[in-house]
Amino acid sequence: MRHHHRLTPLLYLLPNLTGFAIFVLIPVAAALVLSFFRWDLFHPPKFVGLDNFIDLLGWRRDAEGVIHLNDAGFWKYLYNTLYLMLAIPITMFCSLVLAVLLNQKLPGRMFFRSVFFLPNICAGVGLLLLWKFLYNNDFGLINHMLAWVGITGPDWLNSYNWSKPALMIIMIWGSMGGTGMILYLAGLQGIPPELYEAAEIDGANVLHRFRHITIPMLAPTTFFIFITAVIGGFQGGFDMAYILTKGGPDGATTTLSYYIYNHAFEYFNMGYAAALSLVLFALVLFVTMLSWRFGRGATE
Amino acid sequence: MPMEQKQSVATRTSIYLALIIVGASMVFPLVWMLSTSFQKPGTDVMDLRSLLHGALEWRNYQRIWSGTNFARAVYNSALVTVCVTIAQLFTSTLAAYAFARLQFRGRNAIFMGYLSTMMVPDVVTMIPVFILLRTMGWIDTYWALILPAAFSAYGTFMLRQFFLSIPRELEEAAVIDGCTSWGIYLNVVLPLAKPAIAALGILTFMSSWRSFMWPLIVCQSQNMVTAPVALSQFQELHGVQWTLLMAGSVIMLIPMLAVFVIGQRFFISGIQLGAVKG
Repeated sequence: MRHHHRLTPLLYLLPNLTGFAIFVLIPVAAALVLSFFRWDLFHPPKFVGLDNFIDLLGWRRDAEGVIHLNDAGFWKYLYNTLYLMLAIPITMFCSLVLAVLLNQKLPGRMFFRSVFFLPNICAGVGLLLLWKFLYNNDFGLINHMLAWVGITGPDWLNSYNWSKPALMIIMIWGSMGGTGMILYLAGLQGIPPELYEAAEIDGANVLHRFRHITIPMLAPTTFFIFITAVIGGFQGGFDMAYILTKGGPDGATTTLSYYIYNHAFEYFNMGYAAALSLVLFALVLFVTMLSWRFGRGATE
Repeated sequence: MPMEQKQSVATRTSIYLALIIVGASMVFPLVWMLSTSFQKPGTDVMDLRSLLHGALEWRNYQRIWSGTNFARAVYNSALVTVCVTIAQLFTSTLAAYAFARLQFRGRNAIFMGYLSTMMVPDVVTMIPVFILLRTMGWIDTYWALILPAAFSAYGTFMLRQFFLSIPRELEEAAVIDGCTSWGIYLNVVLPLAKPAIAALGILTFMSSWRSFMWPLIVCQSQNMVTAPVALSQFQELHGVQWTLLMAGSVIMLIPMLAVFVIGQRFFISGIQLGAVKG
């Protein structure tokens, strides 16, 4: 349309861009400024230069040459965040298998698609409370059922070693039938059937065809799902840990976003929390740029 | 692998078996939630047999609905969710229309800059926005819940993709008929984009209804909490009462299930639309 006044586009963009300026652009700049201050909201902010970042990322060596991290918690929670992300490849594999099963032209497949999608629909605090109940050591169904087959289950959510796998199980259960599966299904439907027919004539069996046709043809889909999940993974874990474990036991399930929440809204270290959030932002940016770099190679 | 023409009975059976096992593992925990919510209040030791011969107990629902602040919290959630959804649809359709159809200088640069804000993690903006709202005196008000959620780069992006797929000829005909850009937006583009708008509406509704971290930060008082926050507080306020918590959880799931059932076909297409890289 070339028949509009010069300022017309502005009117359409104004509501959205104003909101973005106030709630995204300016806050990002403000977070940057805030990260150079020490501020508890109640006293005047104090400029501290790069101290927040040094306290966060730095280390020192003592007389014996042993390295002491300034904030051992940060590294531990970064490790936790990465550990929980191990659920991503497992989830994606399950999504792919489910998509392949649903791609068979069988009656009832739409019904199963909806059933697999159900945990996604129900996601939220209610579902997390349900899992807290299921994992409960005294009244929980999971250990109850394990006992039937003679296994004494761990006290999942109160165990340093089992709490992370417990959360990963929820993540896998909750998202294997979700967005990833839907996108894989769409991807599968885009593979030309002639490819399979040609391979069959050449004597390729089901597994061969899966490995040499399905997986390469789905590479762009896999790449997209993976990158999206990793970017989400760096920022995730708060709701689940807050409801099920309060980040415990002994910080075993505290993720970066939980740590930021604690600093900002429990201890009111606004400057330190802002610095933390910028480090998280840098990690996300790094992954995004890696994905641009390698994404071109994978899809073109 | 489309080989439908020669699946053996054995293959079919094993596929169905796998589908049923996975499906059951998805449904069973939800059934467990439902059955627990109908147990006698205060029942803690769950007996599988009571699932079968237990009469329906509505007392958990009565207690959580009239004995706690949960009804108020559900009302807050509903109000906020409806406002956020309408606001997002309004701001997103307008901006998406401008990005898809109007010619103006720097359009692509603005759009790319706008898209790049999707990379900013929520926790980065959360702290300054909290400080801003606190300065305005809006902590513990509906403003704090609605305003920051009223704008969506994702929604704008998704709708722009859809608007681009609408044939231009329709709009050109409208221009010849003397339609302004506003008239085209209102009478041509919006009606044609109904499926995409419905998809975005459903996705926004769901994410707003279940949103937890932000409401937890800005609304803590008993009158202002949303339903997810209220549920999470019950553990601290009333001790852990699983039958009560499960009743609350079931109530929270009902709107989401209803929206999904009504809008399923839009929902699936919305996910695919949002994943198409522009």
